[in-house]
Amino acid sequence: MNQPVASRTWKRPPFIQSALLRWGLWVCLAIYLALAIGSMEIDWGRVGEGATRSTRFIAAFFPPDFSSRWDSIYEGIMESLWMTITSTVVGIMLSIPVGLGAARNLSWRPVYLFCRGILAVSRTFPEIILAIFFVKLFGFGPFAGFLALSVGTIGFYGKLLAEDIEDMDPVQAEAIKSVGAGWLQWLNYAVQPQVMPRMIGLGIYRLDINFRESAVVGIVGGGGIGATLLTSFDRYEFDSAAAILLVIIGIVMVMEYSSGYIRRWVQ
Amino acid sequence: MLRIENLEKRYQTGDLALKSVNLEVPKGQVMALIGPSGAGKSTLIRCVNRLVEPTAGKVFLGDLELAHLGSSALRRARTRMGMIFQEYALVERLSVMENVLSGRLGYVGFWRSYLRKFPQSDIDEAFNLLQRVGLDHMADKRADELSGGQRQRVGICRALIQNPDLLLVDEPTASLDPKTSRQIMRLICELCEERQLAAIINIHDVLLAQMFTRRIVGLQLGAIVYDGPPDQLSPDVLTQIYGEEDWEATIEATKDLDEDEADVLAVAEKVIGRPGAPS
Repeated sequence: MNQPVASRTWKRPPFIQSALLRWGLWVCLAIYLALAIGSMEIDWGRVGEGATRSTRFIAAFFPPDFSSRWDSIYEGIMESLWMTITSTVVGIMLSIPVGLGAARNLSWRPVYLFCRGILAVSRTFPEIILAIFFVKLFGFGPFAGFLALSVGTIGFYGKLLAEDIEDMDPVQAEAIKSVGAGWLQWLNYAVQPQVMPRMIGLGIYRLDINFRESAVVGIVGGGGIGATLLTSFDRYEFDSAAAILLVIIGIVMVMEYSSGYIRRWVQ
Repeated sequence: MLRIENLEKRYQTGDLALKSVNLEVPKGQVMALIGPSGAGKSTLIRCVNRLVEPTAGKVFLGDLELAHLGSSALRRARTRMGMIFQEYALVERLSVMENVLSGRLGYVGFWRSYLRKFPQSDIDEAFNLLQRVGLDHMADKRADELSGGQRQRVGICRALIQNPDLLLVDEPTASLDPKTSRQIMRLICELCEERQLAAIINIHDVLLAQMFTRRIVGLQLGAIVYDGPPDQLSPDVLTQIYGEEDWEATIEATKDLDEDEADVLAVAEKVIGRPGAPS
């Protein structure tokens, strides 16, 4: 009675239906790779020279010298930390209204487009370009760096806040609306509890980014530890530069561990 | 209490969800709204408190016409209508107490609510209601720590602390097991009786509707096709509402239930405790 049914084969359908196109793309990729590798010029002589020079260069980093330039290192770090904290706080405060306006499910169409515009513009330019721009406007020093990092924070935090609000559970929001809550009450009771844990995590992450970026904006004149680092390179004081790098690495690691801890705690 | 006149809703996609619905629910009446998925049950109750904007028609709550209210008048009107949701719709990261007190948001100012400084009378009432549904010991638990049945009880407290005239209940038992479903339905009906509330309960479980309400309205493709007492739901009527199917079993089951319900429930209460009583 159990007549075996002729077994049907099954294979996952290919992503690209046409076999010609599928194989054609592979062939194109292979030809491109062959041409690209073939046209790459590698001067092994220069690589050899560079290798000996870089061992000397790296050797100059050791032992790191914390003491002889300690005052300027300390000053640079303090300036960087000041820039980091103020720009994160100011940037996040400014990004909250922009983020609310840029959430499609919250805002009115013209406001939405305007706020998305602000976010797009501030995300177009990396912090270093913003820093060059603000140094030109306001002169050298940490104020220019602070402004650059603040604007960068608005773009980053505003966009992620808007996206998190767009992803929230609409039923919870509807429920608070249905009791007759006002708009601000609705934000406080329905929206804020849903987005807060993630936003705290992202705020700490942004603090981390801003500290690292504060070292970069210093190189173009935005103050902070980057300026100190650049000076020590210019003076060929590689042992001091090594000390600065170690301090930066240490601070980033402390931030990394504490942010992981805080994020678990707010969930 | 609630009067709906020629209510119509056409969604932007062009779908006509409600076709000129007329309905009146007097004070103190609990009415079940049954019908297949997509019949427009949710749309109908959401058009009453305007979570969905009706396209035509009028809705009267007492003497107040709701369909054309401005935003602040609508807020005030919404305080008079409590809503209970299918998936409970509690704000999950707020505590049970905050969820209950959020029912008072229409009555307190922003700063008071922001600082969680609600009037003592509201807090007393919140504890009373939580005690009534047996959850007063859970006041400071976060809402996402509760089970489904417990969450729905908190949802009921949130609706009742509004001190509403009307309850809009959207599939209160759809995510609950059969026993909890009955407990929740009984609780809602008892509370409506105590407070003389009018209620519309959307429910797709015909049996539960027949067990707990005295009036059933059947909605099919956005139009009312049945309005009457539960015992007149014949196979023909159910076929008209839901389409062709063997309905005898459903109707038989209800008849048995009517006879046995008292015994079954008495036993159940002995085993699990009275649903309202604190455990």
